[in-house]
Amino acid sequence: MAVAARTRSTLAATGRAAADPGIEAPWFARIPTGVWLVGAVLLTMPAYANNFVLFQVFGWSFILGIIALSLMFLAGYGGMVSLIQMTVAGLAGYMVAILGPSGTEQISLGLSWWIYLPVALAVATLFGTLVGTLAVRTEGIYTIMITLAIASAFFYFTRQNYTIFNGYNGFTLVRPPDLFGVDWRQPVPFYYLSLACAALCYAAVVYVARAPFGLALQGIRDNARRMAALGYNVTAHRILAYGFASVLAAVGGVLLVWQNGQIAPGTAGIPAVIDILVIAVVGGLRRPIGPFIGALIYVVLSSFAPDILTAFGLEPDRFKLIVGLGFLAAVFFSPDGVLGLWDRWQARRARRPDPLTGKVP
Amino acid sequence: MIRLTRRHLLAAPAVLAGAAAARSPLAQAAPLKIGVLVTLDGPFAASGQDGLRGLELALRAAGHSVAGRRIETVVGPTDARPDVALRQARKLIEQDRVDFIIGPLSGSEGIALRDYAKTIPDRTIINGSSAALETTFIDPAPNFFRFITHGLQWGAGLGEYVVRSKGWRRIATVAADYSFGHTNFMGFAIDFCRAGGDIVRRFWVPLGQADFGSVVAQLPDDVDAIYLGLGGSDAINFLNQYLQAGARMNFIGGSAMADQTILSSRGRAREALIGTPTSGMISDENPDPAWQGFVRAYREGFPEGQRFASPSFFATSYFIAARAALAALDAVRGDLSDGQRAFQRALASLVLDTPLGAIRLDENRQAIGPVFVSEVTQRADGALYNRMVRRIDDVNQTLGLPIEEFRALGLPGRDTPNCARLRRSG
Repeated sequence: MAVAARTRSTLAATGRAAADPGIEAPWFARIPTGVWLVGAVLLTMPAYANNFVLFQVFGWSFILGIIALSLMFLAGYGGMVSLIQMTVAGLAGYMVAILGPSGTEQISLGLSWWIYLPVALAVATLFGTLVGTLAVRTEGIYTIMITLAIASAFFYFTRQNYTIFNGYNGFTLVRPPDLFGVDWRQPVPFYYLSLACAALCYAAVVYVARAPFGLALQGIRDNARRMAALGYNVTAHRILAYGFASVLAAVGGVLLVWQNGQIAPGTAGIPAVIDILVIAVVGGLRRPIGPFIGALIYVVLSSFAPDILTAFGLEPDRFKLIVGLGFLAAVFFSPDGVLGLWDRWQARRARRPDPLTGKVP
Repeated sequence: MIRLTRRHLLAAPAVLAGAAAARSPLAQAAPLKIGVLVTLDGPFAASGQDGLRGLELALRAAGHSVAGRRIETVVGPTDARPDVALRQARKLIEQDRVDFIIGPLSGSEGIALRDYAKTIPDRTIINGSSAALETTFIDPAPNFFRFITHGLQWGAGLGEYVVRSKGWRRIATVAADYSFGHTNFMGFAIDFCRAGGDIVRRFWVPLGQADFGSVVAQLPDDVDAIYLGLGGSDAINFLNQYLQAGARMNFIGGSAMADQTILSSRGRAREALIGTPTSGMISDENPDPAWQGFVRAYREGFPEGQRFASPSFFATSYFIAARAALAALDAVRGDLSDGQRAFQRALASLVLDTPLGAIRLDENRQAIGPVFVSEVTQRADGALYNRMVRRIDDVNQTLGLPIEEFRALGLPGRDTPNCARLRRSG
């Protein structure tokens, strides 16, 4: 708390100095037109998209986007590439299945949603924070290794443990609660549910990144020693970052188990863990919109790769090739993801000579 | 939209002639779309490709049309994970708008699809090769049909065979610790214990285990045989380490233990299997002319190098699924209207002639059919094969036990069934 208060005062001072000294426009006028447009399209999507696009393409993109967003927060703002995020999401999903109702009646406790939902989020957050506590003492490749090791240990544990996690079979028939008389598993309600969660998580990350805590975290990313010398508790900030990212991942995990209706060890297996990293990298780690763009590309590619192959008269059994080539192309042409491509295009446009005066700005 | 108005135009004069007559000319125009859910990535990729060959064989024989409707297939590839299978199934139904699905390939995918089937009562799923007991035993879906016997049924006959013909009464077991391992073992154990056998120790090893040292060291010496419910590389690893330890024992093989991937492997491990009795849904050397004809069609249908030496269990399963679909479509003359109720009724009452023999469905829409007991035998050229020693017909889901008695045994798991109790009652 003391850390946060101090940061706020110093950063507020610098922030004021940098801002335009003129009268500030109201908050809604400062949101760029593009955001309004995307928002309007997303909100009216059920009017012109079919159920498959709503539930599967966008619903799944939002979920994967939220989980990848938690990685983006750690990697982009904290400089910590954590592979534990999918596991945190998986644990939250498992908790929903174990504490709430499911088809595996001998294990599931069948509690009501207002008990299992907070407990699932809390347990997953606690787990993610604990892993973070271990991981923050390492740097770079070692962070990746320690989180990957815990992620694979979790996968093998859930596959072998039958008393809690029901081993290889996992849990089936996990349904969202019928709140307000709405069946949340129907395409349109689920679309809005996942959209709302994604928007909230996105807003939370944008807010935290500009808040004193987020700015201090970015300072630690750029020069941890200097921040320590300035009196910041580097380890505490990093652990807190893991805690915040775990909440996001847990939200994604709950939505994931509701969408699939089931959870099994493979849900948080090594391929799934790597997928989240790929999504975040392809989308771009610099801004919180990146993971959502990456997730949409991933979902579209993995849903329609067999059709692309068949359209070219090839056998559909090489579908992973298309997905792989797509990612290779994205990473090859733009190491900072799709967002990097966009930034460079904007920069080039800005450098182009003015058509009227011929002057280069 | 166009189709709807046309139907209205046609339906108006047809009120007198009867609704069925109006539908048939329209039905002929539209092609029939089949979604094929099959594993084409991961450990079962080669099996999935063979499954597609089996399906293709059945469609080719029908000239890719049924009751005057052309058949189109849309493949939904999976990697054997249930959530991927679920996503692909949703895409096939909602995006590609297929009429019904044939698939999936593996057990946990089948369970996921059973639950999905309940959400689409107007479409139909005909199981490919997934063979988990739960799919058709616990809370089955009314529109999910399985025309192959499952993992538990494959144990039928083997237990009695080893007790009566081999005289092996005391055994230890080593099997893979996951649903198929549990289920396949349970089928064997029910039969074995009822015939008077005794299981003195059970070892469960994780799937993909490379080191069997501790299990090999703990295996008891005072038994007649060891049951091995392993598959693929696990089976080969176990046999190698068992031989290196210098031990020698009779083996009994689970359904995945003595298939061609292991029998044609290199090294000495496979030789330890000579004389091992196993059981399963198919037997390579089944002399039945129906099976021989199927093997010939498979070999002639695909060039060597692009197929296995003889059709695998997966090719056979997808072939049978496609044949069931074609037969039922024929019975309803390609008419899938009215939420496919007529089609589903036709499937449920089918008595299907398959390469394995006649197969019909029980009230849970699960196959009642033959199971084969074989023994691993060496040919003159040194190659190993499964010599068929017994054929058990009309094996049902409960292995002939009354349903209540079967339920009392419990679901497949590490400790089911209780051998001593079965021995007393059997």
